[in-house]
Amino acid sequence: MEVEGTAPGSTLMIMKKIVKQGWRPVLVVVLLLILWESSSRLFAIPAWLLPSPLTIMEEGLSSWSNYAHHLVSTTKLSILGFVIGTSIGLLIAILLHLMPRVRQAFYPLLILSQNIPIIVLAPLLIIWFGFGVLPKLFIITLVCFFPVAVAALDGFRQTNAEMKHYMYMAGASKWQVFSKLEFPHALPAVFSGLKISATYSVMGAVISEWLGANQGIGVYMTLAQSSFRTDRVFVAIFFIMLLCLLFFSLIIVLEKFCIKGRAEQEAKS
Amino acid sequence: MSELKVSEVSKSFGEKKVLQSVSFSVKEGEFVSLLGPSGSGKSTLFHLIGGLFTPDEGDLCLGGENINGKRGRISYTPQNPSLFPWRTVLDNVVLGEELHAKPNKERARTMLERAGLAEYVNAYPHQLSGGMRQRAAFVRSLLSPQPFICLDEPFSALDEFTRLDMQKWLLSIWEENRKSVLFVTHNIEEAIFLSDRVLVLSSNPATVKQEFTIPFERPRREELVLTEEFLKWKKQIYHELRGEE
Repeated sequence: MEVEGTAPGSTLMIMKKIVKQGWRPVLVVVLLLILWESSSRLFAIPAWLLPSPLTIMEEGLSSWSNYAHHLVSTTKLSILGFVIGTSIGLLIAILLHLMPRVRQAFYPLLILSQNIPIIVLAPLLIIWFGFGVLPKLFIITLVCFFPVAVAALDGFRQTNAEMKHYMYMAGASKWQVFSKLEFPHALPAVFSGLKISATYSVMGAVISEWLGANQGIGVYMTLAQSSFRTDRVFVAIFFIMLLCLLFFSLIIVLEKFCIKGRAEQEAKS
Repeated sequence: MSELKVSEVSKSFGEKKVLQSVSFSVKEGEFVSLLGPSGSGKSTLFHLIGGLFTPDEGDLCLGGENINGKRGRISYTPQNPSLFPWRTVLDNVVLGEELHAKPNKERARTMLERAGLAEYVNAYPHQLSGGMRQRAAFVRSLLSPQPFICLDEPFSALDEFTRLDMQKWLLSIWEENRKSVLFVTHNIEEAIFLSDRVLVLSSNPATVKQEFTIPFERPRREELVLTEEFLKWKKQIYHELRGEE
């Protein structure tokens, strides 16, 4: 019968929780960095083999203006690819769910699409579409749509049978059952898919840039690698991780905002 | 126009005959209970009335219209409240209405107040107790536009005390509206206490074995359950149900 914290109260609680529990992972990362730094000094590892964290940080700070435009370009590409890919994924899931026979026919194809090695596909795409933005978006879309489509399809199917039964008894149409019950019911699953896609989108962008582009973190990385600037490679890795993390947290914030009434329930169990 | 007439309805699933020429009626503004052991085909009967299945033989008529296989003609309170966890209580109780028309939230608010849920209008279902959730589910079917309500063992998951409170509450709310009610239960006392008539179902296949008209006056009080008269009815129905005498 008790009423647990209302919405604004609970977000504050979550913030406190993050601060309270956040020191553990931070401590681990700091310890690892110290270990790395001291070992590279102790064993005098050459910088082209494995630069020390401080060297990498120095490079990252001093040549910011050299790679800032690469960063912007990759961010834009990932976001655009993510939006297109996940929209297509969600759309495919909805269509396949509402048409079970089509679903049976196309589901294997959906899985097969994930078995195409991107490294093999990319040169083909470049032959077909050139070096522009189109083949890159194609690659990101291909890696992004799948997690969302599968998660949403499963989410739709796992709708609570009793609620569905109520809807049918109350005379709901198929579309009403979908829009009022199945879709909101599947939102947590959709968000799990979105989180995976968010990290994939950055990877997809970087991979697509390796294969031919004039700017982007992928290009910066290839250039750095071919001139043995290992420190720059690490700078690129750092920013890729940062970008992934940023996207991921953005999705979590959006999730908190969209999924009502269930967050606390799930936190309890 | 909310008289339900079930005439000679039979239904089988494969080889198994579940309903065998079931006939009964629920008059306008009447409260009728279907009493039967678990697995006696009560749910199947509800699914037929709800239009999820069509009968193999016989007809279901509501207000003079044949409703065989027609969904959405009744409003329904399931055994499990089935409230949507992402909707507030207010948004949940207007769901039944929302499926057919634009919901009237003011009316819903008033109804929730009368159901003792005024404080919980904007709460989510997981913040409510079991009894409150079941009350919200009943308010949802009261707010639905259909004049005929089917309740499928709505109190079976509640403890004894809550159950009695809920029965009294149900009667008090019902007496204000007097929609026709078909109430399914396996609890004899519950059936006698609530109903104008009690229909006893046999099982395998189900058919209406006996009909009892309960003479107690309304509004009914809790003490009624302890009177000799009440006990006499209980014994009689009990024997009928067990197939003795």
